[in-house]
Amino acid sequence: MAEEKKQFRVIGTRPIRHDGTDKVTGYARYGADIHLSGMLYGKVLRSPHAHAVIKRIDTSKAEALPGVMAVITGRDLPEVADRLEELGEQVTNIRDESHNVLATGKVLYHGHAVAAVAAVSPHVAEEALKLIEVEYEVLEPVLDVLEAMKPDAPLLNPNLRTRGIGEEDGKPSNIAQHFQNKHGDVEKGFAEADYVVEREFRTTMVHQGYIEPQNATAYVRPDGSVTIWCSTQGAFAVRSQVAQLCKIPVSKIKVVPMEIGGGFGGKTVVYLEPLAVLLSKKTGRPVKMWMNRAEVLQATGPTSGSVIRVKMGCKKDGTLTAAQATLIYEAGAFPGSPVGAGAGVIFAPYRLPNVQIDGYDVLVNKPKTGAYRAPGGTNAAFAAESVVDELARLCGMDPLEFRLKNGVKEGDRRADGPRLPRVGYLETVRAAMESDHYKTPLEPSPDPTKRRGRGVASGFWFNGGGPSSVLVKVNEDGTVDLIEGSTDIGGTRASCAMIVAEVLGLPAEDVHPHVVDTDSIGYTSVTGGSSVTHKTGWASYLAAQEVREEVIRRAALLWSVEPAEVEYHDDGTLTCKSDPSKKTTFKEIAAQMNRTGGPIEGKGTINAGGAGPGFGTHIVDVEVDIETGKVDILRYTAVQDVGRAIHPAYVEGQIEGGVAQGAGWALTEEYYYDEKGHLLNSSLLDYRMPTALDLPLIETILVEVPNPNHPLGVRGVGETPIVPPAGAIANAIYDAVGIRLTRLPMKPSYVLEELIKAGLTS
Amino acid sequence: MATKQIIRMTVNGEDVELLVEARESLLEVLREKLELTGAKEGCNNGNCGACSVIFDGRLVNSCLVLAVEADGKTITTVEGIARPDRLHPAQRAFLEEAALQCGVCTPGFIVASKALLDQNPNPTEEEIRRFLAGNLCRCTGYHKIVLAVQKAAAMMQEGV
Repeated sequence: MAEEKKQFRVIGTRPIRHDGTDKVTGYARYGADIHLSGMLYGKVLRSPHAHAVIKRIDTSKAEALPGVMAVITGRDLPEVADRLEELGEQVTNIRDESHNVLATGKVLYHGHAVAAVAAVSPHVAEEALKLIEVEYEVLEPVLDVLEAMKPDAPLLNPNLRTRGIGEEDGKPSNIAQHFQNKHGDVEKGFAEADYVVEREFRTTMVHQGYIEPQNATAYVRPDGSVTIWCSTQGAFAVRSQVAQLCKIPVSKIKVVPMEIGGGFGGKTVVYLEPLAVLLSKKTGRPVKMWMNRAEVLQATGPTSGSVIRVKMGCKKDGTLTAAQATLIYEAGAFPGSPVGAGAGVIFAPYRLPNVQIDGYDVLVNKPKTGAYRAPGGTNAAFAAESVVDELARLCGMDPLEFRLKNGVKEGDRRADGPRLPRVGYLETVRAAMESDHYKTPLEPSPDPTKRRGRGVASGFWFNGGGPSSVLVKVNEDGTVDLIEGSTDIGGTRASCAMIVAEVLGLPAEDVHPHVVDTDSIGYTSVTGGSSVTHKTGWASYLAAQEVREEVIRRAALLWSVEPAEVEYHDDGTLTCKSDPSKKTTFKEIAAQMNRTGGPIEGKGTINAGGAGPGFGTHIVDVEVDIETGKVDILRYTAVQDVGRAIHPAYVEGQIEGGVAQGAGWALTEEYYYDEKGHLLNSSLLDYRMPTALDLPLIETILVEVPNPNHPLGVRGVGETPIVPPAGAIANAIYDAVGIRLTRLPMKPSYVLEELIKAGLTS
Repeated sequence: MATKQIIRMTVNGEDVELLVEARESLLEVLREKLELTGAKEGCNNGNCGACSVIFDGRLVNSCLVLAVEADGKTITTVEGIARPDRLHPAQRAFLEEAALQCGVCTPGFIVASKALLDQNPNPTEEEIRRFLAGNLCRCTGYHKIVLAVQKAAAMMQEGV
């Protein structure tokens, strides 16, 4: 159903984003920027232990401190139902979430919230935290998935039993789930192979690293109605979670999504919102809360560290015969790692006659993992793409030729079941082969202590859709307002406005997009799964079509002809088929709308299916300093099938940003715990994200294979680009120094250790 | 009660006098007392640059300056960079080059870019990257930010 029309007026151009001016002048209002009459400040007391029983909490001294207005503990949260709530790319169990918001009985990780305070200033609230007495019985923590899987491991939750595939013994376990995806016969496939490579990979927990910490401000009025201002990827998801966690009807809660300072999946689950609500209810005053960076790192939802075993086999000509993987992912303190998605990603680019994938979701005494951009994908692809690189080398094949030979296309079956619709994977591989980067030989370093190498890797992401609502209303000056519920992180106001502009024949700047609160628009699912330009873009398209049809009716009325006589042109002009002298414009119809039948509005509501999967292929050149083990990225090119680039600059921006996060994951970022489970690097000095100095310019090549299931051919673009970088960089390091690295991050100390082992340095 | 002190400073050209606690940072006073919320708290320990302001001509992280240290000083925040009728070239270039996504680091980058261009009107890519290395951006990968600063430099040279 994608429009065949090749020529667009607005789509594919690069207008200035509508929300831009406020963002460059400092006037954009983010969650923590809010000020309300009589506002109090809330702070959270957190566990210093990774695993302990709370024996006693005494809040009396804190309550007595002048300026303290309320103190709450886990006892103040109602008992809630054991039920699952969909949040875009993750599912949350409301009872677990309640125990995560404020611990009851046990603390399960360093930083787990145990109490919260509201006071007249943030400093008084912090003083009060020091006066809360908590008596803990410290338990042995379990921090490694393989340790946690042992039968005698300390148990986080003695009531948890494995959801398995028949091996359940009914005994409590830290293994929340074991699943298997399988088709064909891997043993037969490996027997047919000329080369088989098998390796084990390990990665650590990493964080989304959004620059804006979580924040929430709540006001509970005396009549029980609640308003929450917060930084979220989904206002309706916040409303639903708070309603269940605090036992308040959704209709009594209004969530106002403020500008969001990055999310990457990490801002769908609530942490502070229920606490701000409870504190406001207790004090009768608005309460503002925000996390400091240590709290963000310790106690929000990073993504899983993992142990991944991969075995792949191919014939001498490079044809893959079988692939097998075991993925063991840290869930954190409660079940729910992205291991399922990791299993879907790991071999996605390859056509495999025989495949078997086992996934394990394992509790450890670390924060409950959350969604992070292509959740579970980067670590999975790091493992598989490293093994694919090794097989290509064994066959003496160019790694892109190897991928071209084995790459998937429409109709091929994914390891996790579904057959692929029209996808552009092979197109990305060909575009990579044709790129200036790949065609330009890598010069050796003039510095004898530095070795250069080139690597490639591919990646996949499912992409998502879901429910979304849009209203388009016409102003009498011929502009329109686009009212939407999708919070805008990466430029989706611009992409949705451009779709409306395209349909109505208006310039992009004549469409004013507004992200509004939960009282002011219909249900809209979270900004996640690279879904917004797909689903809300689609709803925008439908709403704009409705306006277009009404404008045609108004012209017909003015001309006293049938609507079928009216032609609406792409530039926003209208003519009459039977009378060429009759001409008007959208602007003229808008100016007269209140005399021709009243206001003109269109609405679009949809539960968007048909998301187009995304594939990307990346090329990277690195330089390894053999004296220090430091790896520098010299050149990076990312090729991606983006379906249709509505605003190409923001599509490129998604890819550049994904590559940067992937590079950080590959080279420097990690959660560093001591043996007691204390997070030792909970600052942005020690949790080392890439700076401007760590990256080169990132070249992007947009391949457009329109999604046939979207009216404009849109595919999600935001997540795919974080999937290939770690594998590509590892392969480049191998090319440079001949060492196959199997752990992330590939930080200088690890690289140096391997260089010494290999005798390349001393 | 915490010790308090009256400070006087010039913020975006306006003389202000206010009572602050000794433990309050300049960032906190700008945001919570003066309601100049353009400077953001990303880490509160000098590692992200989202709270960048110009302090007597120097680029600083306002989270690392105590409010009492600002007594007698001249501060420019992101709110003070545009003229009433005209954005600063760095602001225009960030818009034109799509050098922002979520926008929360943008105020810090605008302030830092202005500070860079005031002292080095024609910086190289390396000089831009080095100067901006104290400002973290998690969305853009810095690619378009570097291009925007180069463009802003060109605009300023051409006087546009």
